[in-house]
Amino acid sequence: MSTQQVARARRTSTSPARARTRSAGPPGEPRRIAYLYLLPAFLVYAAFLLYPLGRAVQISLYDWDGNTLATWAGLDNYAEVVTDPALRAAFGHALVLVFFYAVLPLVVGLGLASILNRARVRGLPFFRTVIFLPQVVAMVVIGVAWRRLYAPDGSVNDLLRAVGLDSLARGWLGDYTAALPAVGFIGTWFEIGLVTVLLLAGMGRIPGELYEAARLDGAGPVREFFAVTLPSVRGEIAVALTLTVIAALRTFDLVYITTRGGPGQSTSVPSFEVYNRAFQQGRVGSAAAVAVVLTLIIFVISFGITRVAEREGA
Amino acid sequence: MRVSRGERLANYAILIAFAVFALYPVLTIVVAALGPDDAAGGQVGGGVLGLHPENFAKAWQDGHFGSYLRTSVVVSATVVVISVTLSILSGFAFGTMRFPGSTVLFYVFLLGIMMPSEAVVVPLYFDLRTLGLTDTLWAVVLPQVAQSVAFGTFWMRAYFRTSSRSLVEAARLDGASTRRILWSVLVPLARPAIVTLTVLVFMWTWNEFLIPLVMVISESLRTAPLGLAFFQGQYTQGFTLLAAGACIVATPVVLLYLFLQRHFIAGMLEGAVRE
Repeated sequence: MSTQQVARARRTSTSPARARTRSAGPPGEPRRIAYLYLLPAFLVYAAFLLYPLGRAVQISLYDWDGNTLATWAGLDNYAEVVTDPALRAAFGHALVLVFFYAVLPLVVGLGLASILNRARVRGLPFFRTVIFLPQVVAMVVIGVAWRRLYAPDGSVNDLLRAVGLDSLARGWLGDYTAALPAVGFIGTWFEIGLVTVLLLAGMGRIPGELYEAARLDGAGPVREFFAVTLPSVRGEIAVALTLTVIAALRTFDLVYITTRGGPGQSTSVPSFEVYNRAFQQGRVGSAAAVAVVLTLIIFVISFGITRVAEREGA
Repeated sequence: MRVSRGERLANYAILIAFAVFALYPVLTIVVAALGPDDAAGGQVGGGVLGLHPENFAKAWQDGHFGSYLRTSVVVSATVVVISVTLSILSGFAFGTMRFPGSTVLFYVFLLGIMMPSEAVVVPLYFDLRTLGLTDTLWAVVLPQVAQSVAFGTFWMRAYFRTSSRSLVEAARLDGASTRRILWSVLVPLARPAIVTLTVLVFMWTWNEFLIPLVMVISESLRTAPLGLAFFQGQYTQGFTLLAAGACIVATPVVLLYLFLQRHFIAGMLEGAVRE
């Protein structure tokens, strides 16, 4: 097929074009035409992501309600991120979500994937399709579904009552202590598929001889897991953590749909605070500061986890 | 690998348990959407074989999900076409040409993959408001094109780098122009990578919530997830129509996923693996 493509290109090429590219020199040499190919993408990217990011930093240095004249605030909005109890709570809630979005799915996913990898059961492709499905469903739809499950007369309480834990049954999303873990658990449900499929792919690449060698040394399933499986999927673990930690920090849709940060402030998260402050409370400068801090944290985590994985993998 | 019969059975049990766990919330919605309308008396029975597909028609009409879906189709199609085209062009430049500043520029694009919408949506809203562009399709489309172009550039560059350096050189020696090399030689070969990029961008755009939430006021410009969120806030009489609406919102991406799941899974996993 590739030779056909070349042949077609050869047939249709005209002689002036030939002369032009000849004069442009051998392939791989610096080409100014590259900038032309980059330009449209770069313009849109710069106008709608880079420039707004710069503006976010600028706005974060002002006190602004979005309408009247802004007044210079220096770093006050950033100081507020550290001192304001509401914002500190929001970042604290994000940490709790990291446990539910990243740590829990990783533990479950490692177990699940290594079990499936050990015994190649039938129906694995079907299982993969099913368990990955939550990843493609809109978060708003997921929120609607889980609100139903968490309702006082919903399936979660039905299940608890069926196993005799009536005392635990409650309106999960309206409960001050239960709401945050309840929202987090939706994240666990959402991320387990991604993590498991990612780890399965990594484990599938481990050469079988490694396991045979481990078995000859008399290793059981547990030793086998720690000696062979776990070190081999370090890269996949890093990717899984990066994706899920960032997803946890960025949680917005889910909170907006299920609790709107309530009851009280018990499920407010940084992204929700950004939205709330900018568009409900008219504290645009503060919202921008929260957004900038959140972005910085996400950048650091993305680079950090990738670097750690690279160093250990090398 | 040989494992005992008991272990195999236990594995199937675990497999089924997790499959049920993953599907249960989704099925709850489908079942509720097909049940008797709980806001309209909700007698059990009736309908077609006990099912009530008319709920979908009701949600489509009375819940305005038909209109929301149309907006989502327009927004997604526009974002996909523009961003995939621009990504092919920029990925081609990064992947096959050497030019001063290419590394720095590429890292600038990489930044965009990690940048959360939350970071830019606040200044975008106020700047677009100044320009009179809020509450238009462009306010919903262009920021998402920018996000998709950041990923798409990264994705197409990775493809063009691994593909056929010798092919490019052969075509060039034959006198093919740069433009022809891209569109007649490389793009036909890159079809799998382009399909993956297309389905990912489609999914992200279809499911996006924050940008339309902030940018749109008119009901006629609400995308499907946004419409569902508003419907949930206003419609408190029952769950049936809300569930039907949720099904309508989720169906296009889920259908596409069932047919092209390899592309979804490969894209979402490999796309995350930076070099």
